[in-house]
Amino acid sequence: MLDEAARLLTPTTPEEVLEIVAEAAAATRRIEVIGGGTKRGVGRVERPDVALSLAGLDAVVDYAPEELVLTARPGARLKDLEKLVGSEGQMLAFEPPKLAKLLGSKGEPTLGGALAANLSGPRRIRAGAARDHLLGFAGVSGRAESFKAGGKVVKNVTGYDLAKLMAGSWGTLAVMTEVTIKVLPKPKTEASLLIFGLEDRRAVQAMAAAMNAPVDVSGAAHLPTAIAARAPLKAEMAVTALRIEGFERSVAARVDSLTGALRPFGRVERLDAKLSRGFWGQVREVEVFHKEPRPLWRVSVPPASGWRVGEALAHEVLYDWAGGLIWAPAEDAQAVRSAARAAGGHATLWRGETRGPAFDPLEGPLAALSARVKAAFDPHGVLNPGRLGN
Amino acid sequence: MKMPAPDIAILAKKAEIVRALKKLVPGDAVIAEDSALVPYESDGLSAYRQTPLAVVLPETTQQVSAVLAWCQAHGVKVVPRGAGTSLSGGALPLTDGIILGLAKFNRILEVDYENRCAVVQPGVTNLAITGAVQADGFYYAPDPSSQIACTIGGNVAENSGGVHCLKYGLTTNNLLGCEIVLMDGEIVRIGGRGYDAAGYDLLGVVAGSEGLLGVVTEVTVRLLPTPQAARALLLGFPSVEAAGATVADIIAAGIIPAGLEMMDKPAIVAAEAFVAAGYPVAAEALLIVELDGPEAECAELAGHVKALAQARGADFIRVSRDEAERLRFWAGRKAAFPAVGRIAPDYYCMDGTIPRRQLPQVLTRIYEMAADYGLGVANVFHAGDGNLHPLILYDADQAGQLERAEAFGADILKLCVAVGGVLTGEHGVGVEKRDLMGEMFDETDLACQQRVKCAFDPDGLLNPGKVFPVLHRCAELGRVHVHRGKVAFPELPRF
Repeated sequence: MLDEAARLLTPTTPEEVLEIVAEAAAATRRIEVIGGGTKRGVGRVERPDVALSLAGLDAVVDYAPEELVLTARPGARLKDLEKLVGSEGQMLAFEPPKLAKLLGSKGEPTLGGALAANLSGPRRIRAGAARDHLLGFAGVSGRAESFKAGGKVVKNVTGYDLAKLMAGSWGTLAVMTEVTIKVLPKPKTEASLLIFGLEDRRAVQAMAAAMNAPVDVSGAAHLPTAIAARAPLKAEMAVTALRIEGFERSVAARVDSLTGALRPFGRVERLDAKLSRGFWGQVREVEVFHKEPRPLWRVSVPPASGWRVGEALAHEVLYDWAGGLIWAPAEDAQAVRSAARAAGGHATLWRGETRGPAFDPLEGPLAALSARVKAAFDPHGVLNPGRLGN
Repeated sequence: MKMPAPDIAILAKKAEIVRALKKLVPGDAVIAEDSALVPYESDGLSAYRQTPLAVVLPETTQQVSAVLAWCQAHGVKVVPRGAGTSLSGGALPLTDGIILGLAKFNRILEVDYENRCAVVQPGVTNLAITGAVQADGFYYAPDPSSQIACTIGGNVAENSGGVHCLKYGLTTNNLLGCEIVLMDGEIVRIGGRGYDAAGYDLLGVVAGSEGLLGVVTEVTVRLLPTPQAARALLLGFPSVEAAGATVADIIAAGIIPAGLEMMDKPAIVAAEAFVAAGYPVAAEALLIVELDGPEAECAELAGHVKALAQARGADFIRVSRDEAERLRFWAGRKAAFPAVGRIAPDYYCMDGTIPRRQLPQVLTRIYEMAADYGLGVANVFHAGDGNLHPLILYDADQAGQLERAEAFGADILKLCVAVGGVLTGEHGVGVEKRDLMGEMFDETDLACQQRVKCAFDPDGLLNPGKVFPVLHRCAELGRVHVHRGKVAFPELPRF
């Protein structure tokens, strides 16, 4: 899948990144942009001439805990950043999944990679996505221009919010050379509530009931029977889980009120902080599918419709985001795509081979507009050509 | 503030344009008589006024599409308008352009509790969304102070904030999808009801685009369950430094309050004289800290915040005992602008954001500048997120005062950028800060933004003269980049 012939360049300054892109743009060469390289298999970069790794641009530029802001180079490793902000009692609130094991990579996931993929963990339902935490950036566009947008403060509306465009653009618009993100205080503790044996549809209703209660649920996942039986959980029944985080007394009070709200759905069991952390770690890293041989899809749908996707795929799926995010193994690309569309969403192939593009193609005026936005930044298709299917 | 020179040919064709527009929308939805255009001459930044060519008030997306397509075909500029509450001149009319008012798009189309969202038309007011769902225990979080009047379409255009955005985010963080109409009449649906939409995050760039990219005709917003309880603290300090240090301590303690506001002495005195909220008029700085969540959390954190404030020398501490008292604590802050309006004939509200640690130095410098300009200033501050609102006091009837106020305001915003902040935290660039964009962005930065504009509106007919200091034709932007043609890093491996 990867073009092994592509040469690997590892610049260590933004100026070197500019030079590399400038040369490529002048010669209409094709650059594959990578961070830690863990997600190289997602989407297909067509015949890259060179791989530009940002692993050498990994410094933390500025970290001001009291301002809730961190500025770093995109190659900074998530592992190191989490340790750094953790030492100040803070966190990357969008809870970026690493997914290196899932994707069979030995690379180290980077901040730039998580942002470029707009990759967010279970807490996304409460704290927002990666895109909500990217405040500003500097980068080099496919036109070989160094530019910046956004700012280094948590509240800013000066000019277009190009940071949002970068998040989830998979390196197809610009190579980021510096990013500023919002960081937040880490919860003092957490707990989870579990309900067993729910059918998918009922589980989605239970998760909606929890989300609709004023208890700030920060994780809502469901593992149908066949999936819950797998490692690492090895449970005998379907498991539906809700997470509560915060200050001790607040967590206790909210666990009580959530237990009440969930009573109509069955007996509720409680996981303490340690077990809760372990549980959500495996949900975030999609551990139930680490050994799954079939192609693996990531499906995004309106949460209340999530169960329809599971139903179409024999309930062999993992639900996160209260049903809004579904990880699904399936050989039949068409079956996944049509299930996702029927539920009002879209599917992306994250692991394995299939016919057709990894990313769901856009249609109509939205596709045309997106193509014009791509051309605004990268008119000659220098950066990650074909990765999003464009 | 200079607006682009009007197109004489368009002005001359007014009657013809009005006739054509009347064929696209019901006849009474086109306003063209001078007297009837007066209410549209300005927005919330009333120092700037211009009479539009005409006002068009469509009722359907198809009508919006038809009007835009016609205007594009005939080279007529369009300024979209919600309630006209913008504080930066975002809806300031153009004399050679029409105002496209979305006031008739005033319906809440659907409330979907299963997906915790509401689908609304752009002319619905911010507060009306909460009004429609609060009986069921939900609300829409962003709460700009104009929320009684401002519309959700305008909120999307300006990416509006409010006092609760440190904890709950700006408009952009509370949107799921929208329908926009491009200048060529094309209708585009972006996002939906799910968490991650496919493709580029165009919703993210439409939010805060100040009406330059498309006309929003439908918005899907996220709803949140109403917190069980809320409690506010009033904390008076003998110095701005002590109040600022307390804010840092609160954040360091891992507390993200729902609201965290600061007022300086002139603002405290003005507010207290106006609404008698019980503010300590002797204090140099006042903090209002609001905590929300379960009762147990509010009680615990209120105790914690109180202790932090005491340790920094707070000499006035009140914790709200009931809802009425909490609202009274807020009454002074919420009335700060009109309160200041009582102590001076006119005031000019600025909107920079700074790194919070810079607050004492920035305020000191603002007071020095006020003395130099011979104008008064009162400061209210969204202290949690560093968003400063200096209110410059002046008298427009005295020759030269408006110009001095504008120059003073520009100096404040330059100062904000110089200390690591930004020109605008929530009010937008509009026409007001347009010519200051160069303080924050270089030509390439601005060209990158303007090329996005070209992807949406290649002829530059939608709200021109706002945000960007120099209007470029899209074809020119393609040539901005000239690579220096030198290999600066010969040691790097090459292709």
